[in-house]
Amino acid sequence: MKVPVSIVVNGRRYDREVEPRLLLVHFIRDLGGVTGTKVGCDTSQCGACTVLLDGIAVRSCTCLAVQADGSAVTTIEGLAPAGSLHPLQEGFWNKHGLQCGYCTPGMIIASYELLRTNPNPTDAEIRHGLEGNMCRCTGYQNIVRAVRDAAQKAAVV
Amino acid sequence: MSSRIFGSGIRRREDPRLITGAATYTDDLSLPGMLYAAMLRSPHAHARIKKIDVNAAKSAPGVMAVYTGSDVGDALKPVPCAWLLPNANLKIATYRAIATDTVRYVGDVVAVVVAETPYQAHDALDLIDVDYAPLPCTLEPQAATTPGAPQIHADIPNNEAFSWSVSGGDVDAAFRNADVIVKERIIQQRLIPTAMEPRALLAQWSAASGELTLWNTTQNPHIVRFLCSVVTGVPEDKLRVVAPEVGGGFGSKIAAYPADFITVFCAMRLNRPVKWTETRSENYQATTHGRDHVQEVELAAKKDGTILGLRATVWAGMGAYLSTAAPGIPTILHGLMLSGVYNLPAVHEDVHGVYTNTTPVDAYRGAGRPEAAFMLERMLDKLARELKMDPADVRLKNMIPRFENGHSVITGLVYDSGDYPAGLKKVLEHVKYQDLRREQADARRQGRYIGIGLGSYVEVCGIGPSQVAGAIGFQGGLWESAIVRVHPTGKVQVFIGASPHGQGEETTFAQLVASEIGVAVNDVKVVHGDTDATPMGWGTYGSRTTAVGGAALILATRKVKEKAKVIAAHLLEAAVEDMDYADGRFFVKGSPDKAKTIQDIALMANVAWNMPPGVEAGLEASMFYDPPNFTYPFGSHLAVVEVDPETGEVQLKRYVALDDCGPQINPVIVEGQVHGGVVQGIGQALWEEAIYDRTGQLVTGSMLDYALPRADRLCEIEVLNTVTPSPHHPLGLKGVGEAGTIASTAAVYSAVLDALAPFGVETLRMPFTAERVWKAMQK
Repeated sequence: MKVPVSIVVNGRRYDREVEPRLLLVHFIRDLGGVTGTKVGCDTSQCGACTVLLDGIAVRSCTCLAVQADGSAVTTIEGLAPAGSLHPLQEGFWNKHGLQCGYCTPGMIIASYELLRTNPNPTDAEIRHGLEGNMCRCTGYQNIVRAVRDAAQKAAVV
Repeated sequence: MSSRIFGSGIRRREDPRLITGAATYTDDLSLPGMLYAAMLRSPHAHARIKKIDVNAAKSAPGVMAVYTGSDVGDALKPVPCAWLLPNANLKIATYRAIATDTVRYVGDVVAVVVAETPYQAHDALDLIDVDYAPLPCTLEPQAATTPGAPQIHADIPNNEAFSWSVSGGDVDAAFRNADVIVKERIIQQRLIPTAMEPRALLAQWSAASGELTLWNTTQNPHIVRFLCSVVTGVPEDKLRVVAPEVGGGFGSKIAAYPADFITVFCAMRLNRPVKWTETRSENYQATTHGRDHVQEVELAAKKDGTILGLRATVWAGMGAYLSTAAPGIPTILHGLMLSGVYNLPAVHEDVHGVYTNTTPVDAYRGAGRPEAAFMLERMLDKLARELKMDPADVRLKNMIPRFENGHSVITGLVYDSGDYPAGLKKVLEHVKYQDLRREQADARRQGRYIGIGLGSYVEVCGIGPSQVAGAIGFQGGLWESAIVRVHPTGKVQVFIGASPHGQGEETTFAQLVASEIGVAVNDVKVVHGDTDATPMGWGTYGSRTTAVGGAALILATRKVKEKAKVIAAHLLEAAVEDMDYADGRFFVKGSPDKAKTIQDIALMANVAWNMPPGVEAGLEASMFYDPPNFTYPFGSHLAVVEVDPETGEVQLKRYVALDDCGPQINPVIVEGQVHGGVVQGIGQALWEEAIYDRTGQLVTGSMLDYALPRADRLCEIEVLNTVTPSPHHPLGLKGVGEAGTIASTAAVYSAVLDALAPFGVETLRMPFTAERVWKAMQK
C-alpha cells in the first residue's frame, strides 16, 4: 500500500511511491540519493538530520515523507548554488567549526534557521539557538565563532 | 626547515567536502544488489537461550536470510581480545559473534536478518521468537567479585577477568611515616563515547575471486583487516578495508565488533553486498563504553604537604566480554600513570578487571589516563583541605621540576620532557589567582557559591615503542609508516598507515611535508584509510597519529630530500657535500642563483634521462617509524563554577586550558582539539553517565536520556600554551587529541567541591546533576 508523493529536493522534483511510514530523511537519502543529510540519533535529539522544509528547519528523521508531499526541501547540498559557498559554510570553514563533519550539515541548516529569525545574534543567543544540535568534536566554541562570522558577513552583504 | 607553513593556522582542506554534504561516510555508500542487515539483540542482561524460531522471519517480505549462532557455527572464530596483559592471570571469555546458548548483556546479538530494504530487515526482527530463561545478573564491578554474585562465565570464578598490580618504592613505610593520610572512594562512572556517526559497515564479497572489501567506520583499518582475516579466514592479501569519511570515534571505533564479522559472514553466504548501520539505541547498547571504575584510594603525606605515597585498589568494569583493547586501559594506561606530574616516592595499586552483565568497556578518549589524573588531583585537593593549604600550593610543592631529556617516575616510565610548574603558574597568573580567590570570598559573603578548581596532568601518548607493546601484551606493533611520492610535475602524494577521522591530518601532514621540501602545501595530498592504497599502520588512537605517524612522514620526506640533493648535485655537476638547500631549491653553496627546484628534480627523477650513477629512478621514499619512547604532553586547567543554592544547578563561569603538546603544526587545529576534549571531560563531571537499572536495562539508552554537553551549557574556553619539545621526536611533537579530556573532569570536579565547601560537602559522586548537588547541600 504505497502512496505517491512528489517532493522537490534542492530544486529537483522526485516523484516516488513510498510506504506511508517512510521518514523524510530516508526519502532524501535513499530514494533521492542526496546523502549530505545525516542520521545521528533516530529520536530527534541530535539535529544531524535538520533540513529546510519550505524554508523552515525541521528534523527530517521525525517527519514522514508523506507529510512533505508537495513541499520543497533544502539540504546542505542546496544551501548555495553549485561551486559557491553560503556565508555559513564559509564561516564554518574559516573558524574551524567542524572536525569529523558528521553533525555539520544539520548544524549549518540549524544555524541558517537561527540567522533567519535572528540575523544578529549574541553569542548566548547562538548557543541557545543551537542547543538542540549535538556536536561531539568541537565543544561548540568554534561553531559559535562560525555563526558569528557568517552573521557579520551576511550583514555586510 | 621552512617555518612558514609549519605552525600556520591554515584552513582545513577536509572542510569543503564536509560543509557541502559531498563527503562520503560508510552509510552513504550504495552498491548494486546491496542488501541490509539488522541485528536481533538480547533484551535480557543474562539469560539462557532455550529456543529460537526464525521461520516467520524467514518468510517475511524482502527477507533474504536469517542466521543464528548455530548457522554461523565455526565459520567465524570468536571475537578476539588483542591486549593479552601479562602477569595478570588474564581470563578471556569466549566471545561469539552471535550468542549460541547464553546472552550476557542487553545488546548481545542472537540473530541477524538480511533483507532487501532496511525497513524490511527491522520488521523481520520482530518475527523472530526467542525463548529465554532469564538468569540473575550482576552489574557493578566491585559487587560482581563478591561471593555469591551471579557467575557470568562458568569457567571464570568471581567474574575476575584479570588482576594486575603496579608497585614502586616502599609504600608501607610511606604510610607509616605519614603525618596525614587522606582516603577517598571514587566512582569513575560509566560513559558512552557517542561518536555522532553511528557505526556502519558495507561488506562486498566476490566468490569468484575470493576477495572481500569492507568499508568500515573505523579508527584503524589495518587492524580491522588483521583481525577480520583472523576471524573470517579471508586471507589478508584478499581483504581490503576502507575507512571512508569517519564521523568521530573517541575510542569507540577501535574495537573489532561482533556485528562487523556477522555482516561479513552474511555477505559471504549470500554473495551479495551487505550493509549494516546501527541505530543510536544499538550504539548505546552495543558499541563500547568507557571508564566504569570503582577506586579506593589513600594518599600519605607530610604535614607540609609533601606527598609520600599512594595506595589504591581499583575495580574496573569490563562488561560481559573483553573488548579488543580493554585489559590494557585500566592497567598500563592507568596504573603506570599514577605519578602524574608529581614526585611520588611510593605507589601500590591493585586493579581487578571484572566481568559484568553490561556493554563491553574499552578505550574512551583519554583511556585510563583521565582515571589516573583524576585520582591524583582529587587526593591532592583532599590533602589541601585537610592541611588547610591552597590547592595550587600543594600542587606546586609536589610537581616534578622542569626536565628536558628524561625523567624516571616510580611506576617505571621515563617521561620525555616537561615543565609542569611553569604551566600551572602561567594559568594562575592568567586568571590572577589571588584576585580570583578574593572575588570568591566576597561572593560567599553575598550568599553566592563560586568554586575554583584545578586539574594538572601528564599523559602517556604517541604510543609507542613496539618492543614495549610486546612486553605489555599488546597484540600488534605500534610503529607507523609513510610513503612520500613526488610526481613528475612536482606534486606530492603521501600515503600513511594511520587513519584520521576528524583530527585534520590531511591538512597538518601536508603542512609537515610542504615545510620540509619546500613545495606549496596545496601540492601535497595525504592519502589514508584504505588498506589497498596505504602502507601498514596501527591506527589513530592514544594521541599517536602526529607523534608517531607524523615522525614517519617527516623522516620519509627527509629521505626524498636527500635523494633530491644527490640528483641536484649531479645536474649541477657539483659534489653532494657542496650542496645547499633553501625553500625547495638545491644549489651549490654560495651560488643560490643557479638552483634546481624540487620540481626540476622530480621531473628528472621520473623521466630518468640523466640520473647520477647508481641512483634509482623515481623520487619516492618510505619510512617505518618505531618511536624510541612514548611522548608525554601535559598541562594545567582551571575551572570556575557557580552553584545555585536554591536549585543545586552548577553553572560554568570560566574555563582556562593550558596544554603543552610541543611545537604546533597548526595552532587552530590544536585549539579545536583542546576545545572538544575539554568539553568531553566537562561532560563527565557535570552530566554524563550510563545508567543500568537493576535488571541490566540501559536506562540511558538514547540521546534523550544520556546527557551530552550542549552549546548553551558551556562557557568560552580560554586556551593557553607552553611549548616543550619532545627530545626524541624528529620535530619535538607530542600529540594533543586526548589532552583536554584528561584534565577537565578533575578541574570541574575540584571547582564544584570548592563551591560546596561552605556546606561541609567532603565528597560527591559524578555527574553533578542539580538534584545530587542540591541534596548534598541540604545535609
